Parts: sequence; C-alpha cells; structure tokens
Amino acid sequence: MLAQNGIPTPEDIAEVLPPAERLAKGPVAIAECFQNIPCDPCYHSCKQGAIKEFTDINQRPQIDFDKCNGCGSCMSRCPGLAIFVVDATFSEQEALVKIPYEFLPIPQVGETVTAINRAGQAVGEARVVKVQNSKVQDRTAVVWLAVAKDLMMEVRHFKTKEVR
Amino acid sequence: MLNTEIVIVGGGPAGLSAALKASQLGAEVTLVDRNDYLGGQLIKQTHRFFGSKQQRASERGIDIARQLASEVKNCEKIKIMTEATALGYYEDGVLLVQQHNKIIPLKPQRLIIATGGAEKSLLFPNNDLPGVYGAGAVQTLVNVYGVKPGNKVLMVGAGNIGVIVSYQLLQAGIEVVGIIEAAPRIGAYWVHAAKVVRAGVPIYTRYTIKRAIGEKEVTGATIVQLDDNWQPIPGTEKDVATDVICLAVGLTPLTELLWQAGCKMVYVPQLGGHVPLRNENLETSVPGIYVAGDVAGIEEASAAMMEGALAGLNAAASLDYSSENLASDRQNIMDQLTGLRSGPVGEKIRQGLTQVIF
Ligand SMILES: Cc1cc2nc3c(=O)[nH]c(=O)nc-3n(C[C@H](O)[C@H](O)[C@H](O)COP(=O)(O)OP(=O)(O)OC[C@H]3O[C@@H](n4cnc5c(N)ncnc54)[C@H](O)[C@@H]3O)c2cc1C
Ligand code: SF4
Ligand code: SF4
Repeated sequence: MLAQNGIPTPEDIAEVLPPAERLAKGPVAIAECFQNIPCDPCYHSCKQGAIKEFTDINQRPQIDFDKCNGCGSCMSRCPGLAIFVVDATFSEQEALVKIPYEFLPIPQVGETVTAINRAGQAVGEARVVKVQNSKVQDRTAVVWLAVAKDLMMEVRHFKTKEVR
Repeated sequence: MLNTEIVIVGGGPAGLSAALKASQLGAEVTLVDRNDYLGGQLIKQTHRFFGSKQQRASERGIDIARQLASEVKNCEKIKIMTEATALGYYEDGVLLVQQHNKIIPLKPQRLIIATGGAEKSLLFPNNDLPGVYGAGAVQTLVNVYGVKPGNKVLMVGAGNIGVIVSYQLLQAGIEVVGIIEAAPRIGAYWVHAAKVVRAGVPIYTRYTIKRAIGEKEVTGATIVQLDDNWQPIPGTEKDVATDVICLAVGLTPLTELLWQAGCKMVYVPQLGGHVPLRNENLETSVPGIYVAGDVAGIEEASAAMMEGALAGLNAAASLDYSSENLASDRQNIMDQLTGLRSGPVGEKIRQGLTQVIF
C-alpha cells in the first residue's frame, strides 16, 4: 500500500491506465499521482489541453487520453516525477517507456540498463532509445527505454551499469 | 542607534518576500540574517516544489532563492545585513544585532520576525555519537558544501523532509539503507515516497530507532517495530549496518525573539510547537511586531512566501504607505493562502491556525 510502503497497488494503477484501444494507437501519458495534494504544474504544462483543468488545486490529474499525443512535456514539470509515457506500438516485441530521470550519469543512447519496477526491484533489461535533456526540462531528463512488451506497465525506473 | 522604518529578521523566503512587498509600497527596509547568504532553507532545496503556478510550483528551491535574493539586492530601498544575528529585542523597542563582532542597535518602527524553524531531535541511547545528524545538517553538507556525511545512511522519519533528503542523498551517490517511520502512514507526499522507493530505498512504517551502535562513531542502529499504541514490540529488534543516522523528525518554530518581545504564545502541536498569537494581518499581540513563515507555524516555502508578502504589505500599510491595488493585492494573497491550505494535507495546518488567530 502506498501509504505504508510507497508502492502503488495494482488496483491503484488500474485506475489510471488508458484503455487497451488507446494504447494500441500509440504513445500516451499515465499520471501515477494518487493523492490529493496542492499541486497543478501538469495541468499548466500540457499544450494539448489533455489534462483537465483543476477546479481545486488539490485535485488529482485526469488525462483525456484521446487528446494526449504522448509528447511528454508534462513529464519534466511534475515535481513528483509521477508521469510516464508508454508506447505499446513501438515494435512487434517491444514497447517504449519514457521515464523522468534526475540521477547521474545520464545514460547514452544504445546503452543497456537494468529495468526497475515500482518496488525498486530489477525486472529485466532495457535499451536506451533516446535521451531528452533540453534547457526547458531544467535538469529533469526524460529517458526513452525499449522494454519487452509484457514489462511496459512494470518498468518505472532503471539503473545504469556504470557506477559514478 | 539606527532608526529605520521596518526591520525584518530572517532572509528566508518569508523575509525576502516581506522585504520586497514592503519596499514596493515605498517603505525603507533593513533585512537581517545571520548567514552569509540570503535564501534561508531554500538554498538547499534542489528539488522541484509543489504548489500552484502563481506560487512558482515546479521550480527548484535553489532557483527561487537565487531569484528572490537578487531582486532584494537590486532594490535600493532595502538595506541588507548578512552575517548579522539578532540577539534580542528590548522594551524600549531596540533590536540588538551582532555583526562581525560589533553590536549594532536598531530602532525600527515595525519589526517582522521571519526566523524560520529549528530541527527537532530524538532521544535514544548513543544519540550523541558522531554520525547522528539532523536532516538539515546533512542537506547542508551535501547540497551546499558538496561533502558526503558518510557512505550508508539510515533515515529516521518519512515526512517530506526525510524522503526528499533521502532522494538528494541518492543523487549525491550515497546509499540510503532505508527510511523508518514511527507512524502507521507515510507523511510525505506519496509521489515523493514512490520515487525514492523505486530508486531502491525501502520505507518501513511503524518502526523506530532504539539505539545507535558504535564506540567512537556510528557503526549501526537497532530499529524496532511499534504496536498500535506506539510501544516497541519485544523481539522485533533488528540491527542495521550504517555509518550515518539522519533524523528528520520535524521542525519547531524558532521563537526566542518573540518570547523576549513579550508576544503572547500558544502551544499548537499542529504548527510544530509554541507559536505567536496573531491577527489576520499577521501582527502579534505586541503592536508593530509581525510574523511570517515557519516561525509562525511550520508549513512550506510557498506559504512562507505568501505570509511574508502579507506581513510586508501590512507593516508598510500601517506606516501609511499605500498603492492603488493594495486592497486587491492583499486579498489575492489571502485567497492563495486559503487555496494552498484547502486540501486534505492542509487539514493539520487549518486546525492549528484556528487556535492562533485572535
Ligand atoms: C528538507 C526540506 C525540504 C523541503 N521541501 C519543501 C518543498 O518541497 N516545498 C516547499 O514549499 N517547502 C519545502 N520545505 C520547507 C521550506 O524550506 C520552509 O518552509 C521555508 O524555508 C520557510 O521559510 P522561512 O522564511 O519561514 O524560514 P527559513 O527559510 O528557515 O529562513 C529563516 C532565516 O532566518 C535566519 N535567522 C533565524 N534566526 C535569526 C536571528 N536571530 N538573527 C538573524 N537571522 C536569523 C536564518 O538564518 C534563516 O536564513 C522544505 C524544508 C526542508 C528542511
Ligand atoms: S504527454 Fe503531452 S499531450 Fe499528453 S498529457 Fe503530457 S503534455 Fe499533454
Ligand atoms: S504535477 Fe505531478 S504531482 Fe503534481 S498533480 Fe500533476 S501529476 Fe501530481
């Protein structure tokens, strides 16, 4: 349970997932933000209007999956690093998971990293496909990982092999 | 004797915002801080902040500090005294400040106290061993001076501070063996908790520290599970190998100057300890003395900035400074504060505040 150990339950997750039909259409954002806290930068960061306007700052984000194009702009604005983008259409075997990342070293494209789940456990390997780390992201990089399809709803972090 | 209109003690987000607002209305301000920099706690906060866009959410504390400090430095109405400690406030309205081994008496017409908070400690055997630190100290070492306090850290306290400092330790390449929390629930925002857990730090609720282990320095800690009545459950002790025990068990308002000035104080656990009674304008029971930020009740930087702005406006207005939009400015800040404190996580603050407004 989140309140006891910081790990969202499968029920928590199920509540915020896009429907299968939407996943089949390409990249889409998932906000794993499960608590009413006074915070709203995700709403302000989405140019597509895909995050519904907050009538109260304590509201949880609600994503209109049909409006969301998976651009990922919201990811590096979220102070909780709670927004991820998944693309189930990446290839036959693999899905893409975009992960907000604030550790060093930032991995290189092509590098293989250890894929980590929400509980901090290694669940397999992942390949770095792209790294976005522009000035507007203000030191919150977004790392695109190719993972086995059955892991796309599991992998939410990664560890590089290299130790600083 | 330096006669000045408004003296502000504390150059954190509350004091800086107060100085800016008061000077914008036209008042002459002297800002006093004992550090050699401005920004207070914010200069250690490398993470993005929560809050609304108006309150600069998603910006990093360090950047907010830098920006507020440079605005203050560029304002000719504000005189800055750093490395200056306010020692005491006396009946004749004199504030004694020590700066570079000199004692300087200031006689302000209005005084804004924005001294922030001090860390709480925890009682357990060996808590005086080198290696037992407060979270603020660890954060200062790591984020301000770039010094590793040790290699393996046990964090005590799963509130926002314990969790965020754990995250910052990981960013500095330091291992955090776990976060223990006596309460049955994580106090930090769950998104923060989730991000340290997936980065490999387990959080154990209903656990406390029983003792620090070590002869000359910390080499470990004994932790123990707690029952429903917060009593240790015999036989659940576990030894953890660690060379740093980091205590993040809360802050308490730094109120000495207020006591000394004779402000009426009340004990309000929800606000972190003894806090001054104040009216809606943030003026204490001693006319002319205002409070803002953590010294008025432990909250967040966003609230501290808004309270500071409010105290600054009100102190200047009480000296007959005004502007066309003074009333709407003031209302706007009060509305934002209310919004910020409105949700479930603000409940404690709301409860606390009902006990201190007169
Ligand atoms: C680890 C940590 C994480 C945090 N994360 C967040 C967050 O994510 N979002 C958020 O909004 N808030 C956060 N906060 C809280 C935020 O930092 C504080 O609420 C805020 O700094 C309070 O501002 P302040 O101006 O009241 O006090 P402070 O920032 O504490 O400033 C007080 C100043 O007064 C000075 N002072 C005190 N006594 C004297 C004296 N006698 N003479 C002269 N000077 C004096 C001090 O040197 C200090 O500079 C965090 C705090 C910590 C410790
Ligand atoms: S991924 Fe892009 S379109 Fe989708 S919610 Fe985030 S910012 Fe909006
Ligand atoms: S910005 Fe992140 S933490 Fe804040 S409400 Fe949006 S998803 Fe939640």
